[in-house]
Amino acid sequence: MSSAQTFDFTTSLAGAHFPTPIFTASGCASSGKELAQFFDLTQVGAIVTKSVMNKPRHGRPTPRMAETPSGMLNSIGLQGPGIDYFLANDVPWLLERGARVVVSIAGETIDEYAVLARKVRAVSGISAIEVNISCPNVENRGMVFACESDTAARAIDGVRKIIGGEIPIIAKLTPDVTDITAIASSVVNAGADALALINTVLGMVINLDTMRPHLGGKTGGLSGPAIRPVAVRAIYQVHSAMPHVPILGMGGVASGRDALELVLAGASGISIGTASFGDPMALPRVQRELQSLLIARGFTSFKDAIGYAHRSETGGAQ
Amino acid sequence: MSTINKSATQITATILSNKRVGAYHQILLAIGDLAALCRPGNFVAIAVGGDSSKMILRRAFAISRITHGNASGGAMELIVAPHGSGSRWLCAQPEGSEIDIVAPLGKAFGIPTTPVNALLVGGGYGSAPLFGLAEVLKSRGCRVDMLLGASTGSKIYAPLEGKRSASTLKIYTEDGSMGEHGRVTAPISSLIASGAVDVIYSCGPMSMLRAISDLTSGTDVVHQCAVEESMACGIGICMTCVLPVKDESGSISMLRSCIDGPVMDASTVAWELVGKTPPAVNS
Repeated sequence: MSSAQTFDFTTSLAGAHFPTPIFTASGCASSGKELAQFFDLTQVGAIVTKSVMNKPRHGRPTPRMAETPSGMLNSIGLQGPGIDYFLANDVPWLLERGARVVVSIAGETIDEYAVLARKVRAVSGISAIEVNISCPNVENRGMVFACESDTAARAIDGVRKIIGGEIPIIAKLTPDVTDITAIASSVVNAGADALALINTVLGMVINLDTMRPHLGGKTGGLSGPAIRPVAVRAIYQVHSAMPHVPILGMGGVASGRDALELVLAGASGISIGTASFGDPMALPRVQRELQSLLIARGFTSFKDAIGYAHRSETGGAQ
Repeated sequence: MSTINKSATQITATILSNKRVGAYHQILLAIGDLAALCRPGNFVAIAVGGDSSKMILRRAFAISRITHGNASGGAMELIVAPHGSGSRWLCAQPEGSEIDIVAPLGKAFGIPTTPVNALLVGGGYGSAPLFGLAEVLKSRGCRVDMLLGASTGSKIYAPLEGKRSASTLKIYTEDGSMGEHGRVTAPISSLIASGAVDVIYSCGPMSMLRAISDLTSGTDVVHQCAVEESMACGIGICMTCVLPVKDESGSISMLRSCIDGPVMDASTVAWELVGKTPPAVNS
């Protein structure tokens, strides 16, 4: 049996290597500074920064959140400082401290993705780029590029034309589609090296006092343990259809056992999002728990567990 | 490593006492050395519901008072209104229970370096952090007048020991069941006009903070308010608790009330835009 000293916890996403498979989730760690008081950012796999747009943006009106059973709705609307400020201030702060950085970008148009990609490419030291084509908190549902194979592919293609293999392109998809494997396949064909699954699920809460939608933006993205089975399903389906495409899995992971479920379904890395809201030390805790669970199951390497749920029953752990 | 949340620590704190006081619960938590880092205006984020809870988010409470020098170290006092499922759970926890807290969080009230005339205005359980503040101000030689208001008398939180920390205390209820009949904001204009106020410290519902802000605008009175926006995280990562705040040039930013507040200079808050989308950012 392996021990914590000999266990190989490293992972990789399309050529980018990470010492552990536990990442923050975009939009749930701001730019990283806020969590630095609670744990050493260099001790986790990577910091995935909040999706940034080309220009500064106020986002949606408050109220922006509603707690739901084992979950929450958020309606932030991509508030942020804009890519120029972000690359000049937030990214250097993280890189100087030795953290690995995955920059998440979001655009209102296909062209904006290309503009953002060009600016990200100009900064060295970034491990990967996440292309968020599935933020639900936008004015126009048509802006959710990941709802259609065609628009999803065009957004990724725009980024691919700028980034030609220097860093992996991770396409972040929504589970709010009829067939996620079809969308996944179209973005991979357009040049995505990896997939981030899943973004939040579109939801709504109605306030019984006002008898109107509670959130300022009316609809919001549902996250937290309530959506974990949706994430497991999406990762399982996509890994089954395209076992060679690495997946950064996320959706309601709050413990090591939750993370292990996504890994067994096919995730090469795990992002912790909403769990950090309730527990600022969630990342190091989930990381510890996941390692213990893998060792207890006889694994000597994290990578051996990826997609294990797909293997026939006669296959062993090694 | 960071300047954000720089005093915050996650610890398990034991409930030393939990007493009903009117419509509220007064809860005392043993927090050891953390007490030395807590300032009036800071808040605490508490995990609620136990391990199998469906409530995944912490609840934020203003720290009412800090006491130092017990055998077990320092203690933190909270005044909790058992309104929602999270606060009801907390109020039901008996003495000796262990609670998961993150504290201290947020910006504290600014304390003047020279003695001033301070007016403290509290609405409902918003009065809670004002008593600890009053003690600090008094120790700095400030004159401390206090106005407390609520819809009805049972919602006034004014403990005996707290009353001693203020030079004067007036109570207002909207139904007239305690103190004066009316709103807590009623006497503020004449107090300002008489020159008896240099700084107003306020804590309570947003409508009250805005009303006070309207009364102080155009005067020399500094108004520090502790805002209340619903928060998912309390540590600056969720972006849900934002408020529109103006900078010197007049341009508006959506600032997080958890790390850029909860205490804010009320004259910088764009009250008319709270709950709305500010005009698009110029860049």
